[in-house]
Amino acid sequence: MRESNGGIEAIAEKVEAGERLTFDEGVELFQRATLLELSAMADRIRWRLHPEQVVTYVIGRNINYTNVCWVKCSFCAFYRLPGSAEGYILSKEQIFQKIQEMIDLGGTEVLMQGGLNPSLKIDYYEDLFASIKAGLPIHLHALSAAEIIYIAQISKLSLKDTLKRLKAAGLDSIPGAGAELLVDEVRDRVSPLKDTPSAWLNLMQTAHELNIPSTATMMYGMGETLAQRVEHLMKIRDLQDRTGGFTAFIPWSYQPNGDELKGQGDTGYGYLRTVAVSRIMLDNVKNIQASWLTMGPKIGQLSLQYGVNDFGSTVLEENVVTTETTRHLMTLAEIRRNIQDAGFVPKRRNTRYQVLD
Amino acid sequence: MSRLMESRLAASGLEKIHQKIVDGVRLDFDDGLALYRTRDLTSVGFLANLVRERKSGDLTYFVRNLHINYTNICNKGCKFCSFYALPNDSRAYVLSIQDIQDRIRKHGDIPIHEIHMVAGINPRLPYQYYLDLIRAVKEVKPGVQLKAFTMIELAQIQRVAKKPMGEMLADLKSAGLDCCPGGGAEVFSDRVHEELFRAKLDNEGWFDVAREVHRAGIRSNATMLYGHIETVEEKVKHLLHIRDLQDETQGFMCFIPLAFDPANTELSHIPVTTGYANLREIAVARLLLDNFPHIKAFWIMITPAVAQLALWYGADDIDGTVSHYEITHALGDTSHHQELHHEQLLAMICEAGRKPVERDALYNVLSLN
Repeated sequence: MRESNGGIEAIAEKVEAGERLTFDEGVELFQRATLLELSAMADRIRWRLHPEQVVTYVIGRNINYTNVCWVKCSFCAFYRLPGSAEGYILSKEQIFQKIQEMIDLGGTEVLMQGGLNPSLKIDYYEDLFASIKAGLPIHLHALSAAEIIYIAQISKLSLKDTLKRLKAAGLDSIPGAGAELLVDEVRDRVSPLKDTPSAWLNLMQTAHELNIPSTATMMYGMGETLAQRVEHLMKIRDLQDRTGGFTAFIPWSYQPNGDELKGQGDTGYGYLRTVAVSRIMLDNVKNIQASWLTMGPKIGQLSLQYGVNDFGSTVLEENVVTTETTRHLMTLAEIRRNIQDAGFVPKRRNTRYQVLD
Repeated sequence: MSRLMESRLAASGLEKIHQKIVDGVRLDFDDGLALYRTRDLTSVGFLANLVRERKSGDLTYFVRNLHINYTNICNKGCKFCSFYALPNDSRAYVLSIQDIQDRIRKHGDIPIHEIHMVAGINPRLPYQYYLDLIRAVKEVKPGVQLKAFTMIELAQIQRVAKKPMGEMLADLKSAGLDCCPGGGAEVFSDRVHEELFRAKLDNEGWFDVAREVHRAGIRSNATMLYGHIETVEEKVKHLLHIRDLQDETQGFMCFIPLAFDPANTELSHIPVTTGYANLREIAVARLLLDNFPHIKAFWIMITPAVAQLALWYGADDIDGTVSHYEITHALGDTSHHQELHHEQLLAMICEAGRKPVERDALYNVLSLN
């Protein structure tokens, strides 16, 4: 039997006692805790926050309304530069049809994201959102921080005014994508033209203060150190202390997909460790979502022993993080079977994490 | 052990089993059921890992190997099988001695230490074919170890040999057979046998052959096919039955839980096994089979990602590089990728905090990386 791991035992005691962990303790967990120690700690916190034997999911759809973007993130294989013949903007009719298809399948959440398209200003979004909400009973979970910052900039508006107008037009919440890794050194290397980590955090804070909730993500596996991953978690935790506006945290690993970064992608082992440390460190974020789309159904299911309490959205369409070779689509029946097989009751929720079943 | 883990084991009702493991007391039938039925996979993994580390420490065994299936013709018609063909089927084949030598020569630049050879039950093959097969392998690659013929095939070979099992095994051994794989065991339940593989050697028959093999001084592996219609009671019985034979012969090297793949079988309505099931089977096998030196996570069946995790749920063996060779060759690639894959296997083991050990078919250590 391996020697007992003194530092980790002390951290486990703090977890048992419900105490918050420090940055150094987060790094120590990443570096020294065994896989099953992380599972036991993350699962302890998961049950404290979610005492019912339930795993939730939302029926939703991704709509990528435009692929035109000038930011050129090295991990992205989706974008086309302005002027490219392969660039597109979906028409309202196309968007309505996609939403109707989702509603017909019992869906409630439209996740709409695109690129930073210089031809689309605030009036485009106001018109689009208002016409969607006028006819369709859905929750609009739309636009990344980068898109909103850019809309404000090209529309010559403050962030606050931009967010107020988007909310008035129908924006319900903001997906936490585009956070990537909130560390300047990594951001400068991977997506130098994108907004900075502090700009991302500032946008989220502004949104939360206007009662627009959001999720938060972390894309790891881009050559960062484990300490930099913990730094990201600490930044999310600090902002959450101030606003309470994050509904869920979703870590996922960078997926090699024909982009410039040409990384290796991540193993299930690395993913489960990362999701567990996220659950342990983010004591103030209630929900952790599985990333089965990138990790596959088997690892997605196993993440339920590593702090995950939510299976996310039944994705009907996804274009950015995955390609044909990395995509793992699951039917609703498969999602429910995997949740049940792990000993939980699957329940449908809305984007505000209210159980619908 | 942390207080956290202690209270977890208590909450899941696994303290008694934990105590037995600490004291080195053998688990019983009811313990097996409890391990299958608890929702707490983490605790099951924790217990299995105690045994894994007691037996192997951080060592994780792998082999550079090649799979050869000498015929797909089979008269057993098992419902869970997508491989077999009937003699008049357009897919049907029998590899000639020449085919097999060519196949091995194609991999001549790779340091292969094990050839794994199994196939269908093809009644037209004469006894001489099997002996020639073994000699052909050893002629092309004298240093390689040949792991060939499941208990089902051995029963067929004896039928065409028309001599007692012991004599036939002595023939195969002197021709160059090194050890036997563990396949064909399926699940030792008369109910499942009747339902899914009625024509195949019955359960007691499997044990009788395995006993003779071990008596002949040939070691073997053992398996269990899960994820179809079996019950947890049947699985526990299966494991305990194998444990009994191991007590008697000490002839088993490794146990391999085999995940049923329903694609293209008569049972294609059954969903594929989950990640939970894959890790639980590894862990329960490690805990019940206290007299087995090794438990294998066969990555080809459960995905490399789950096999890597299994190194913390009881497995100390991850099989080999084999399948990739076939795939890269199918893509027309050369040895470059094959070597890379060997490195990936090492990287997977190291990333999981374990120590890779290259082995041969008989678990002799070839190199500690």
